[in-house]
Amino acid sequence: MTETTPSGDNTLLRETAAIREIGRLERFLGPENYRIMVGLLKTPASIIGFVLIGVFIIIALAAPVIAPPVTPNDPYKIPRDGFSSEPQPMGSPWTRKTPPVPFWYEPIMGTDQWVHILGTSQGQYDVFYGIIWGTRTAFRTGLIVTIATFLIGIIIGSVSAYYGGIVDNIIMRVVDIFLTLPFILAALILAAVLTPRIGKSLFPAIIALVTFGWMGYARIIRGDILSIKERDYIMAARVIGVKDSRILFRHIIPNAIFPTLVLASLAIGDVVLSFAALSFLGIGTEVGYADWGQVLSFARNWITSLNTYWYIVVWPGLTLVLYVMGFNLVGDALRDVLDPRMRGKS
Amino acid sequence: MSANNDVLLHVDNLVMHFPIYRGVFQRQVGAVHAVDGVSFDVKRGETLGLVGESGCGKSTTGRTILQLYKATAGKVLFDGADLMSLKREEMRWMRRQMQMIFQDPYASLNPRMTVADIVGEPLMVHNAATGKEIQERVAHLLELVNLSPSFAGRYPHEFSGGQRQRIGVARALALQPSFIVCDEPISALDVSIQAQVVNLLEELQEQFNLTYLFIAHDLSMVRHISKRVAVMYLGVIVELAERDELYSQPLHPYTQALLSAVPIPDPLADARRKRVILEGDVPSPVNPPSGCRFRTRCPIADKICAETRPEFRQLKPGHFVACHFAERFLQ
Ligand SMILES: Nc1ncnc2c1ncn2[C@@H]1O[C@H](COP(=O)(O)OP(=O)(O)OP(=O)(O)O)[C@@H](O)[C@H]1O
Ligand code: SF4
Ligand SMILES: [Mg+2]
Repeated sequence: MTETTPSGDNTLLRETAAIREIGRLERFLGPENYRIMVGLLKTPASIIGFVLIGVFIIIALAAPVIAPPVTPNDPYKIPRDGFSSEPQPMGSPWTRKTPPVPFWYEPIMGTDQWVHILGTSQGQYDVFYGIIWGTRTAFRTGLIVTIATFLIGIIIGSVSAYYGGIVDNIIMRVVDIFLTLPFILAALILAAVLTPRIGKSLFPAIIALVTFGWMGYARIIRGDILSIKERDYIMAARVIGVKDSRILFRHIIPNAIFPTLVLASLAIGDVVLSFAALSFLGIGTEVGYADWGQVLSFARNWITSLNTYWYIVVWPGLTLVLYVMGFNLVGDALRDVLDPRMRGKS
Repeated sequence: MSANNDVLLHVDNLVMHFPIYRGVFQRQVGAVHAVDGVSFDVKRGETLGLVGESGCGKSTTGRTILQLYKATAGKVLFDGADLMSLKREEMRWMRRQMQMIFQDPYASLNPRMTVADIVGEPLMVHNAATGKEIQERVAHLLELVNLSPSFAGRYPHEFSGGQRQRIGVARALALQPSFIVCDEPISALDVSIQAQVVNLLEELQEQFNLTYLFIAHDLSMVRHISKRVAVMYLGVIVELAERDELYSQPLHPYTQALLSAVPIPDPLADARRKRVILEGDVPSPVNPPSGCRFRTRCPIADKICAETRPEFRQLKPGHFVACHFAERFLQ
């Protein structure tokens, strides 16, 4: 009989050294989230992705030093060198209203003659400035759109999962309907409608992208909340007599939110791509605003002679591709780490 | 079984059916008959063991008693109070009296909270203590379960299974309850530490005059700790008796089968025993057999067993059994 026998000696239980040693980060993130982080940092692809993202962050932060603006209180205005439409090749010198020469230029080039490093595009807009300051625009729009869609998605998804029943059913049908809309087309139409009302700026495109971008997050967080809701520690909280609202905010959301949070931060790349698409189609900022889509759109009229003027499309295009690739590499690795939990992602 | 003063918990014909929904319109197409008419008393200060195979409804019984599920039917009287008639807030208040210890020490602690937060939460949400007092009480509770108070700032995943289970025990004790449902508290632990946790539970029971409903899936686990034992099969209790009585003179064929599967140390006595081998699988609780639940596997089943449900009756003082032919086993 495997009967348990009393020993009456619980001093044996005073293990003090048996505790598993764990690092600060694991402690802070909790075991599941820590596993995700470690998984990400182990994949070579995601490391390349992190490096790319890091480079762009540095460019964005250092923009005023890399490419000092002509008009410091309106730095996002791409400086122009005249008004002729034909693009000027890379390395051609500045002729009018030369912007301040950056400190790094003379030591490297041996001259203080500031040139159009990457040439000028249609209307003599400087491609280099457009790319450098466009990096800031990319992060700004990416962050604003991502944070907004994330918050909306979290709120709608939580409400849906928390109330369940009819509320959940209705919300999920609305999500389905939104998901059937062709994303870029819907965003394009909404942005086009908004532009005359609120003027040419970043906002029409931002609002449009947010309006049609929250559904994925709502679905994921809903799924995660529903799964967390069944865990024993939620049952334990109810046994203790914890109120529903505290169970939601203290027990469920902190455990459910991490995958959504990571996915959101990696969606910045996609947001920037959609934004560039709208911008390329002429919806968004006023002409001359430093924004990759805008810089690319200058090339529209020169498509037939791109073998001469290749630099007006290759450099901004390459920048955009590298930026999106950085986020996507990390995102793909993340999907692998999260794999079994990715059901329900749009 | 009428309520009297030394009865702390009185469960009367408790039924818990989980509805099953199907299709686009989420119509109810059936129900899991998890608990199907269960009655018993738990006396103050005693441990009632509740034993049965996996899926027979033990956890559901414990959880429905604690009002974690809304019972389909039946009555639960705790210290005279009808729990099902309590309002939400009244029930929340009542929870200070009745706690639970979980089977899986990994799943029952929130991984994002420190030990201090976990053990202190009951005190906080019931305003039983504030600020520094919570810290002191937590330290004291950790000492009670033989954990060092210096662990208070750590997270659950830094501990071993046995240590986590003791954190769960400390949380259950925080509000000084009188009744604790122990839902297989040792099944998930290494054999080497099961005894430690059982001993701890016994010491605490003595110290605080606790009443336990102790759930386990085999009879050997509850033998040591229980004063009385109830055997459950497919949503119903088939037999309930004082521990020694149940182990020495089981009256239900199912209990006999369970006991014959338990090895006993004396080889001679072991050889003399009549072995009852159960055939077939446990039927689905969605569609339980008519009449006696056990009839599909019972070696002595007869016609009447399919027709009428055997009454849960007292055959000897304190010895209840639900079988038409239990008299055969009386000596
Ligand atoms: N929330 C629920 N919804 C639907 N069915 C459930 C639910 N909880 C339990 N069940 C079903 O009710 C039956 C009894 O489950 P329960 O967990 O009470 O069994 P148990 O005796 O505790 O088993 P175990 O030893 O595995 O813990 C099972 O068939 C189970 O699938
Ligand atoms: S009632 Fe019939 S089927 Fe049920 S245990 Fe007794 S003899 Fe077996
Ligand atoms: Mg169980």
